[in-house]
Amino acid sequence: MDSRVVITGMGVVAPNGVGLDAFRKAVKNGISGIRHDPDMERLDFSCHITGKPELSTELISEYFTNLELRNFNASGITYGVMAGMDAWKDAGMEISSGEEPDWDSGTIFGAGTSGIARFREAIYKTDEMQGRRLGSTVVAQTMVSGVSAYLGGKLGLGNQVTTNSSACITGAESILLAYERIKAGRAVRMIAGSTSDSGPYIWGGFDAMKVCNYKHNDDPEAGSRPMSASASGFVPSSGAGALVLESLESAIARGAKIYAEVLGGHINSGGQRGTGSMTAPNSTAVQRCIKNAIKEAGITAAEIDVINGHLTATSKDALEIENWSIALQRKGADFPYINSLKSTIGHCLSASGSIESVASVLQISEGFIFPNINCEDLHPEIKTVIDSQRIPTKLLNKDINILAKASFGFGDVNACLIFKKY
Amino acid sequence: MNNSELLEKLKPIVANYAHNKEAIDDITEHTDFINDLKINSANLVDVVLDIEEEFGIEIDNLSMEKMLTVSAAIEIIEGKLKEKNDR
Repeated sequence: MDSRVVITGMGVVAPNGVGLDAFRKAVKNGISGIRHDPDMERLDFSCHITGKPELSTELISEYFTNLELRNFNASGITYGVMAGMDAWKDAGMEISSGEEPDWDSGTIFGAGTSGIARFREAIYKTDEMQGRRLGSTVVAQTMVSGVSAYLGGKLGLGNQVTTNSSACITGAESILLAYERIKAGRAVRMIAGSTSDSGPYIWGGFDAMKVCNYKHNDDPEAGSRPMSASASGFVPSSGAGALVLESLESAIARGAKIYAEVLGGHINSGGQRGTGSMTAPNSTAVQRCIKNAIKEAGITAAEIDVINGHLTATSKDALEIENWSIALQRKGADFPYINSLKSTIGHCLSASGSIESVASVLQISEGFIFPNINCEDLHPEIKTVIDSQRIPTKLLNKDINILAKASFGFGDVNACLIFKKY
Repeated sequence: MNNSELLEKLKPIVANYAHNKEAIDDITEHTDFINDLKINSANLVDVVLDIEEEFGIEIDNLSMEKMLTVSAAIEIIEGKLKEKNDR
């Protein structure tokens, strides 16, 4: 029989909170992590506001050795390793110190790029004919699987150790891949997560596409406005989230704390056909993804209490709400509660799905619905589909049984996960 | 620069990469970088780059391959310093 899969540990490095406690507090209170970014301004980008986790060198040195930190310049690996190790510890797992790897445990830790700042240094050195002076760590820091390789080594993971990459669904995808592996009995536990680098070398490309907000440079915390009539682009950000997924059998045997159960989910692509393109979603595929996730989780649309949306704060938010409404066949006051963490942390790109899943699972396990900020002027098209009270702007303390989390990404890719209270 | 002066300059460089920190105190010309100091073989190129910087020399690929012990390193550094001074 297939294993049931539960979440037994979580770790997070987010713009508005590093570590589960700080993050929980920020999420519940609608505290923004969006700040003015002097680098983006100096480099003359339109958007001068971003979200970056605030890390001290002391904190980083609790996770990395001095040797590892020599010539180290890979923010995504820093965030991912910290979140992953925190999740492992939170799950009550030991770090194996012996010669034998932990064959039952692995990681699927996604990323969009790796060590982009280190890559830049290496490119300059190469072009200056200094290629022989690159040193030994350029590859480990710039290979996209760098984050899973570092994490696997630190924890002695002996099962699958890999990195997935699928734009903004990366984090949600990592959870579904890990779930499937455990369900099929190929691993007992997997750290699922994702990370995203910081800095102008990753964010600049989005700014150049004119998809980032440049209208709130003087008021950073008001800049990320999902579902708002005045939403005018996303705020680029970074960080990492990690969840330990484990077979229910193993979690019970260990006496582990169980945050929630993963019922399943679905991933698909619109094939960049119809309304779909590299950057725009094919609505038929989005609706199909949500419907199939519900089917694969063995629930009905009526059972969904809360949706944690993708909702980036672009003109596409209204379309996302419409797609949810059509897929669930629910509207007005009958629509589930819906929120977007991007209002406080911006769009963490490849890390968004995992950080937002950590927030989603906290809501289930602790019985609250976090507030949306910056949507006091709700988009009129959204109001025609759902009742505005379904979009809480204040913290609601409420028991949640089932939550649906979706992420949508460049390449016309979609992911939808279903979490349930355990 | 005599051998013991060279060794003193070499010590802090290899110490950065040695996983066996205790062995640094007992370092002699016979010390093996990988077996005694437990330096990860991938880090040997970093040791060479740091030596190049410290002594203002350039170490060719062939010499680099031979640089597995303190005595080999000292011999190569001395050779390169001599080449430099003879120029």
